[in-house]
Amino acid sequence: MAEEKLDAVVVGGGLAGLAAAYRLAEAGKQVLLLERGDAPGSKNVTGGRIYVEPIKAFLPSIVDEAPFERHVVKEMITVVDEESSVQLEYARDAWRKAPYMSYTVLRASLDKWFSEKVAEKGGFVIPNRKVDDLLWEDGRVAGVKAGGEEIGAHIVIAADGALSFLAEKAGLRTPLKPANYALAMKEIHKLDEERIEERFGVEKGEGAANLFVGALTKGMFGGGFLYTNRDTLSLGIVVGIDALMQKRPQIEAYRLMDEFKARPEVARWIQGGEMKEYAAHIISEAGIGGISKLYTDGMLVAGDAAGFALNMGITVRGMEFAVASGVIAAEVATDALNKGDISKRYLAEYEKRLASSFVLRDLETFRHSKEVLENPRLFNVYPKFLSSLLNVLFTVSDTPRKNLYRSAMTLAKQYILNWEGMKDFWSLRKL
Amino acid sequence: MKIEEKIACNAIKNDKESHIKLTQNVCKACKERFCIYACPGHLYSLSEETGEMVVEYAGCLECGTCRIACVYGSVAWEYPGGEYGVQYRYG
Repeated sequence: MAEEKLDAVVVGGGLAGLAAAYRLAEAGKQVLLLERGDAPGSKNVTGGRIYVEPIKAFLPSIVDEAPFERHVVKEMITVVDEESSVQLEYARDAWRKAPYMSYTVLRASLDKWFSEKVAEKGGFVIPNRKVDDLLWEDGRVAGVKAGGEEIGAHIVIAADGALSFLAEKAGLRTPLKPANYALAMKEIHKLDEERIEERFGVEKGEGAANLFVGALTKGMFGGGFLYTNRDTLSLGIVVGIDALMQKRPQIEAYRLMDEFKARPEVARWIQGGEMKEYAAHIISEAGIGGISKLYTDGMLVAGDAAGFALNMGITVRGMEFAVASGVIAAEVATDALNKGDISKRYLAEYEKRLASSFVLRDLETFRHSKEVLENPRLFNVYPKFLSSLLNVLFTVSDTPRKNLYRSAMTLAKQYILNWEGMKDFWSLRKL
Repeated sequence: MKIEEKIACNAIKNDKESHIKLTQNVCKACKERFCIYACPGHLYSLSEETGEMVVEYAGCLECGTCRIACVYGSVAWEYPGGEYGVQYRYG
């Protein structure tokens, strides 16, 4: 079998796997990508939006031509408590001019398109093929087993997503812990293009992104999101799995999504739309503390499979890391194949190149962001303070008003001007 | 909209065999029932007849949450075989 080996097998048709296969095919390597869904993208879920600036240099033609949904010109943050909400809207003229910074995306269409580009470069993409196990030879990875077939390869690139069974089978990661993951639920609502533009106050082709934080997660780590696609809206909620498990009285995750959707400040956006899909997936929230070992003899791990995801609070990133790590994995694999050395000693080069790229650098910079973002006060105390403050400012009743400054101070003392608040303020240095 | 109706919006190709297997002894000893609360499809429930934990694997969104949340190790969860399971049309 050794003489029939392919240069590389890529497992998983998400952005990491597709980027890796594309670059390997471009380098003239024989590459096979195995995807368990009907087509690449059909098992993939994103929030989501992609920031293109970090990845342009990695795959310029792909980024330029990709079928993204809308470029984001407007950022909204909605802070909610049990019975009120505060909405902040931030728009910038510069965001409305090309080159655009970020786009909303739907993965079924994006990944399928990308896989066609891989095929154009000469890579083979096989759908409906689940990889069951790794193939071993003399203690090193030598291919994969899929549907009773053994497929030999000099290098395996595991890009099989956040649940990465392959990284676990290769002994590169330990079983996944609740504290390191969040559950994301997402609904797709169909709405006419013109109605989306009118409703969100954007021009043709332009989009908006709305983050929600506060009572929607009932004090648990997490938040909500809403993105405008071309003719659909992506509405979802994210909640820490550990937080959900610790919550008493217990609450079913799906109810969080339903209650969130029913809130008037959320319902107004999807009103009149038709629900088309309900998706869910886990997201790594551990940042650099959650990444697996990245390589072993004959194998590299890329994208979510390696744990490359980062929650920076206001921005949440994963797809850029997937694309960049996929390309870097392919480049290291190409060099290794050319040299005829696929030992882990040589493949250590992968980690070195990631370390000098934005992938590990950004993850390192935000090493402590999870500690800050996990603070339950972010989800209850601060939203309540903001709401109470605005309530005092806006309310006129039959009793004579107190001086505004004094009212504000009373509330500030109640909620934020205390030892806990000081500690929270200092913890912000970690972001 | 009920959760079952939401799942019915999805394109799903059902395998005859479940890709989620439970170890009933472990489930019997479990008090928290994390799976019931964690599953975004509300697919886990206690059977009224047998009192055993059951999972309606056919509606699975393949998120993997139950695999992580069942810290007692009852949930043996694999991806459904190629061709089967949810096929996201938007994602």
